[in-house]
Amino acid sequence: MLTIKDLKVKLEEEDKQILKGVDLEVGAGQVHAIMGPNGSGKSTLSYVLSGRDGYEVTEGSATLDGVDLLDMDPEERAAEGLFLAFQYPVEIPGVGNMTFLRTAYNAQRKARGEDEASAAEFLKIVREKAKDLKIDAEMLKRPVNVGFSGGEKKRNEILQMAVLEPKMCILDETDSGLDVDAMKLVSDGVNALRSEGRSFLVITHYQRLLDHITPDVVHIMANGRIIKSGGPELALEVEKNGYAELMDEVQ
Amino acid sequence: MALAQAKSDATEARLSGLSIPEGGAAWAREARHDALNRLQGMGLPYRRDEYWRFTNPAEFLTQETPRAEIALDAPGFEETDVLRVVFIDGVFDAEASDALEQDGLEIERFADAVTKDIHWVKGLLGVLETAGQNRVDRPLAIFNTAFAEDGLVLRATGKVSKPVHVEYRRSEETAEAVLRHMVRVEDGAELTLLESGVGASRLNTGMEVDIADNGAFHHVRMQGRDHERRAATHVFARLGQESTFKSFTLSLNGMMTRNEVIITLKGDDAVAHVAGAALGDGRDFHHDDTVFVTHDAVNCESRQVFKKVLRNGATGVFQGKILVEPDAQKTDGYQISQSLLLDEDANFLAKPELEIYADDVQCSHGSTSGAIDETALFYLKSRGIPEDKAQDLLVLAFVAEALAEIEDEGLAETLREQLASWLERRR
Repeated sequence: MLTIKDLKVKLEEEDKQILKGVDLEVGAGQVHAIMGPNGSGKSTLSYVLSGRDGYEVTEGSATLDGVDLLDMDPEERAAEGLFLAFQYPVEIPGVGNMTFLRTAYNAQRKARGEDEASAAEFLKIVREKAKDLKIDAEMLKRPVNVGFSGGEKKRNEILQMAVLEPKMCILDETDSGLDVDAMKLVSDGVNALRSEGRSFLVITHYQRLLDHITPDVVHIMANGRIIKSGGPELALEVEKNGYAELMDEVQ
Repeated sequence: MALAQAKSDATEARLSGLSIPEGGAAWAREARHDALNRLQGMGLPYRRDEYWRFTNPAEFLTQETPRAEIALDAPGFEETDVLRVVFIDGVFDAEASDALEQDGLEIERFADAVTKDIHWVKGLLGVLETAGQNRVDRPLAIFNTAFAEDGLVLRATGKVSKPVHVEYRRSEETAEAVLRHMVRVEDGAELTLLESGVGASRLNTGMEVDIADNGAFHHVRMQGRDHERRAATHVFARLGQESTFKSFTLSLNGMMTRNEVIITLKGDDAVAHVAGAALGDGRDFHHDDTVFVTHDAVNCESRQVFKKVLRNGATGVFQGKILVEPDAQKTDGYQISQSLLLDEDANFLAKPELEIYADDVQCSHGSTSGAIDETALFYLKSRGIPEDKAQDLLVLAFVAEALAEIEDEGLAETLREQLASWLERRR
């Protein structure tokens, strides 16, 4: 599904190398977790994959089912089936959540040469998905993320994911700012979306999210590289001993 | 002085070919002559005038009417049930208009009203305009009082269910129109006035709105989409106790627009909101909102909310003032003017002013200029929304605060759609 080869990235504005050669292969239907200390390059990886400005790829490649992601605009990557759940979902005053969702949904369908959904058809789709995530109609009417609590914002991200039905989902620190109940709700939402044709890359600082979303593979990222990969037990090891010991061990 | 001489020469040149409308009742003739005298004394606006620092009035002063290509424009407000009144090249057109009849409303042509010896307009024509010359010269408004021949006269005596929609059409490339609307909203009455369409290649409209105690007046205006329009408009409003005045203007295009709104809150507990959204594309776009709100009673509220979206060298101007008289305690005044500059060539010039003589008031004002929020843009794009569409969404979001000032949701939606379709065509 997602294939990253020797990806090297620096900041556009300054001569600072952030990713120093990342290799990663996420198979169809798999859940991979990336853990790592602050500044290890986890979020940069998610931004580079989704096409945010400000980064320069100096070497390497990233493909989604063989399609070169790095050559595309963010909206084209989305239409290809890539989705990034933001660590800090952006507030957009004045744009209704429903309008936003429908615009995105139809833009993707149009890009893929599919028919656009009417307002009524779309409403039905959203209502169903919103119900599963315990998102009430009021939240759909409000402007995008404006006045939403931390939990509501993250649930809104998962709702977008559920509606847009991407095949490759990147979750960037989705657990940050969530209490236990909200984390469970969000995780349940994610788990409900797990399927054979859909893969996840879960970026997180802590192991606790992985109690709810069980990964197939865990990667430890440090200093712009993946330094170790393993099964779910690797996350527990980090939780117990911290990153420092692991980094020493690898060096 | 050379400057004064130049100004008076320019005024003389402009007025030389004009004569005030003939006929009319004695009171109307008197009001027009008085206006002409005042105008000769004051002189027409000159670009060195402080009040015209950001907007060059030259286009309003040429003897010859500027030529403007006739752009096709939708009539506007098609989805609203209205009493439609059509003016073509500044002249009332009975055939295209609905019958001038409506429950709770006296409605007639200005051209007819001024011929009657006894008419309520006698007590109002030029009165609010003259009062509005206090502190600032508004010669183009005096020009309107002197030369307007036609327009609408409206007196609401009850809650008028259907809005009156004034639709401007144009048939001549060099049509010049001077229109005067007179509005009186009686105690407890309510009226909504809509305006839309391409007025003239050069349009001067004046409106005097007198709102009695407990009256409510709503005004929603879509200025024509013809790009070569020059328009100078004035709305003068006087508010009685517990009355409401709300005015919103949407401007898409227009190479020279100056909209002045002058409001005086005369009765206690009155509310006045004036708002607008202007979108301009191109170096020859110039849009000026000039607002003057005077609080002259206790516990009144006023709001000014103006948003401008500018690109490709377009210029937006905002001059807004809140004046709080010594006895106007408990005043709540708010003013915000913001521009969204879509590129580095666009200009926004703002002059927000507060002048407060009472001590127990709450007044705030702000003015900002900014570019599009790149983080929000990326967020939208990451969901599959193409860049141009994402930008349109953020533009609509930017003007949303101004559109929210329109009370009627249906009318707000009409304007939102106009905006969206304009953005789409302008890509």
